[in-house]
Amino acid sequence: MNNFPKLQKKSKAEWDSLVHSKEPVIHLGMASCGKAAGADKVKTVVLNTLKQNKIKAKVVEVGCIGTCYLEPIMDITAHGNPRLSFGNVDEKWAEIILRKYLIEKEHNRNKVLGHFGTIPFNGVPSFYEQPMLKDQVRIVTKNCGIIDPSDIKQYIANEGYVGLSKALEMKPGEIIELIKNAGLRGRGGAGFPTGIKWRTCHDTKSGEKYLICNADEGDPGAFMNRLLIESDPHALLEGMVIAAYAIGVTEAIIYIRAEYPLAIVRLNNAIEQMKEYNLIGNNILGSKFSLHLKLKEGAGAFVCGEETSLIHSIEGKRGMPRTRPPFPAVSGLYGKPTVINNVETLGTVAHIVRNGADWYKQFGVDGNFGTKTFSLVGKIRRSGLIEVPLGTTLRKIIFDIGGGTQKEFKAVQTGGPSGGCIPKELLDTPVTYETLAKVGSIMGSGGLIVMDSDTCIVDLAKYFLDFIQKESCGKCTPCRVGTRHMFEILEKICNGQAEPDYLDKLESLANLVKTTSLCGLGQTAGNPVLTTLRYFRPEYIEHVDGYYCPALVCRSLIEYEVIKGRCTGCQRCVSVCPTGAISGPRSEPHNLDTNKCIKCRACYEICRFDAIAGNAIVITSGKEA
Amino acid sequence: MQTTNIEFEKILHSYPVEVGSLIPLLQKAQAKLGYISIETVEEIAAYLNITESMVFGVASFYSQFRFTEPGKHSISVCLGTACHVSGGETLLESFERDLDVKPGECTHDKKYDLNRVACLGCCALAPVVKVDNDIHSKVNVIKLNEILSKYE
Repeated sequence: MNNFPKLQKKSKAEWDSLVHSKEPVIHLGMASCGKAAGADKVKTVVLNTLKQNKIKAKVVEVGCIGTCYLEPIMDITAHGNPRLSFGNVDEKWAEIILRKYLIEKEHNRNKVLGHFGTIPFNGVPSFYEQPMLKDQVRIVTKNCGIIDPSDIKQYIANEGYVGLSKALEMKPGEIIELIKNAGLRGRGGAGFPTGIKWRTCHDTKSGEKYLICNADEGDPGAFMNRLLIESDPHALLEGMVIAAYAIGVTEAIIYIRAEYPLAIVRLNNAIEQMKEYNLIGNNILGSKFSLHLKLKEGAGAFVCGEETSLIHSIEGKRGMPRTRPPFPAVSGLYGKPTVINNVETLGTVAHIVRNGADWYKQFGVDGNFGTKTFSLVGKIRRSGLIEVPLGTTLRKIIFDIGGGTQKEFKAVQTGGPSGGCIPKELLDTPVTYETLAKVGSIMGSGGLIVMDSDTCIVDLAKYFLDFIQKESCGKCTPCRVGTRHMFEILEKICNGQAEPDYLDKLESLANLVKTTSLCGLGQTAGNPVLTTLRYFRPEYIEHVDGYYCPALVCRSLIEYEVIKGRCTGCQRCVSVCPTGAISGPRSEPHNLDTNKCIKCRACYEICRFDAIAGNAIVITSGKEA
Repeated sequence: MQTTNIEFEKILHSYPVEVGSLIPLLQKAQAKLGYISIETVEEIAAYLNITESMVFGVASFYSQFRFTEPGKHSISVCLGTACHVSGGETLLESFERDLDVKPGECTHDKKYDLNRVACLGCCALAPVVKVDNDIHSKVNVIKLNEILSKYE
C-alpha cells in the first residue's frame, strides 16, 4: 500500500509548525566543518544560556549551507519573524546574540547574515542576497544547512521523495530517456552522459545487476560529497532508488570513505528511516519494485575513484584497475552489469524527475546543462561550497562569489591531482567539461583551489606528484616509475639541485606517462606538471637558474633573517625556536644563526602574531639575498 | 588475550566466508585492536581460507590500515591541497621533531601516534590537525603545544 501521501501531509504539518513555531527554534550548523570551527562548544553555550534564562526553545542540528568562512553559523526563528542567520558565532557571541534576540528582541546587526523569509524584514537582507550566494543556483544543495539531516520528514516536507513517487509511476525506459534528454553528465569528473550509462546497463541481459554510488571522495581539497551527505543524505538516497528502478537493479552499494565518519552515521540513520516508511526494501511505496542498499567503507586508496579499481576493492581485492572494455555497465561487480555514479550525479536525479528535462536545461550552457558544486578553497576570502550553473566563468566564481584573494591572484587549480593550474590570463574561461580540458585541466569532481603570490607553483606541482606517486597502485610501469621520477625531478628543482635540461626531461616524461598509462590516474598524472610548465615556465626557470623561489616557499632556496631596525628584542622568537638558532639579550635586536636554523617557521609566525614583536623576521630568497 | 580472541571469533563468524568480507573484517579488527597484528592476519586468512600473504597484500594496499600499535591519542595532520598551500607540511615536521617520531609511528611512552592524512574535507578551515576525533582548524606551528596539552 502506498502511504506516501499521508506521510507527506504529516511531514508538511510538522515542518509548518517548526517554521511558525511559538517557541523559538535555534538551528546550528553541525557538519564536520562546523564542528571543526567550534560548533559543539557553541551548542553547549546555547543550551546553558537557554537553561539559565529559563527559555524554552527547540535546538535543531543542521548540516552546512556552504558559507564555510562564516562558521560557526547559528540561525534563530522567534517572535513570529523569519529565520535569521548569524555568522562567526563563537561561544562568547552565541550567548550575547541569544540574550539580545530572545529577551530584548534585538538582532545583532554586526553578526546577522540574512533572513530566510520571503518578504523584506527590518533592514536585514535575504540570506540568498549575500555576495557569496546571489550568483549561485542551488539545486543539489538546496536543503543543505536548512533541514535537519537526521529527520526524513523534514526532507519529505521539502519536496523530498516526490521524484521517487513520480518515477515509480513511470516506465524504467522513460526515466532513462528523461535523464538523457536533460543532458545530465557524470559529476565525478569525466562527464560521461549518465543516461547512456544507464541505458547500456539496462539493455545488458543479466539476472543480477548492481548500482554503486562512488562516495570515495579522494581528491585532496574537495569536500562536495561529504557536505551533501552530511547535510542532506536523502537527496543522494532518493536518486539512488530512482536510478536502481530505471536500470533494473535490486542491490545497490554506497562506497564511502572511512575518513568521513559523520557522513556514514548520517547515511545509516537515513537508511533506517527509509525502511520505516517503506522507501527502501521490498515493494517500495506499494509498487512491485524492491531494492536493498548497503554501505561499504573504503579503506583509503585514491585509485579507487577509478571504476574498475573500485569494483575490485568491493570484491575484497587490492584496488587495482583493469583494461576497459568491457565497461562496468556490461561486466562490472562480480562480472555483472554495474552502473557507478557519483554522489552529486545521483543527487541531481530526483530534481530532474520531479521538474522535467526542460526545467533542468534552463541552467547551464549547450552540452553542459545544469549546475555543478565546487569546493572553493585555498587563498580565497569567502571559502566554502558553492553551486553554479555550468558555463559560469572562473572569474565570476573566484571574484564575485569568492570575493577574490587577499594578495595578488596567481592561479586556480581545478580537478585535484589529475587537474591543472589555470593562470589569471584565462580567468574568463567558462567552466565546462570541454573548455577546462582545452586549457589543459579537467573538471574533476569540483575542487577549486585558489592560489595567490604566496604559493609556489613548482612546490605545488611537486606536492601533486608526491601524492600521485604514493597513490599509484603500481600495476603499470609508466605510472609506477614515471610519477616517481617526475617527483624526484621536481624535488631537485625545489632543492636548487636542478640541471638545465630538467624542464625538458620533465615535460617529455609527463607526456609519456599521460599517453601510456593504463587508467585515469596515470593518464592525468602529468596534468599538474604540464599546465604549470605551460603557464608558469618562468617561475620554474627562476628556480633552476637563479635558485630563486619568488613565493618564498621552497625551503632550500630561502633564508630567515632578523631585520635589526624592527626587532624590539622581545625574545618571543627565542622561546619558540626549537634549535636555539636565535639568541640575543632582552630589548636588543636578536641574532639568527642560519647554520642552526631549520626553517620551521615558528619564529616567523610568533613575530607576526605578537604585536610587540614588530614583524622583524623576514624570509628572503636567492635574487634578493 | 583470550577474550579478544573469542570476541574476534564472533566477529569473524558474522561475515560470510568470501573474499568480499576481507576488507570489512580488517576494518572491524582495526577498530577493535587499533591496528592489524600478525595474529589478526593469520586468523582472517584461516577463516576466509585464503593465504596470509593475500590478507597482508590487501591490508598494506590501503592507507587506512596500520601495522603498529597506536598511541593513547592519535594525531593526524591533514596534507590536502588547501592545507598544503597553508603550511600543513611544516606542522607535520614540527610534530615529528617535537615528538621524535615519523608518520605512522608511536611515541616511546605510547601517548601519541602521528599520521599524515590525504584530506579531511575541512579545506575551508585549512590547515587542520585532527587529534582523536577533534578537528583543530587554522593551526600554525606556535599553536601545536597548546593543542597537545589538551590530550594528556
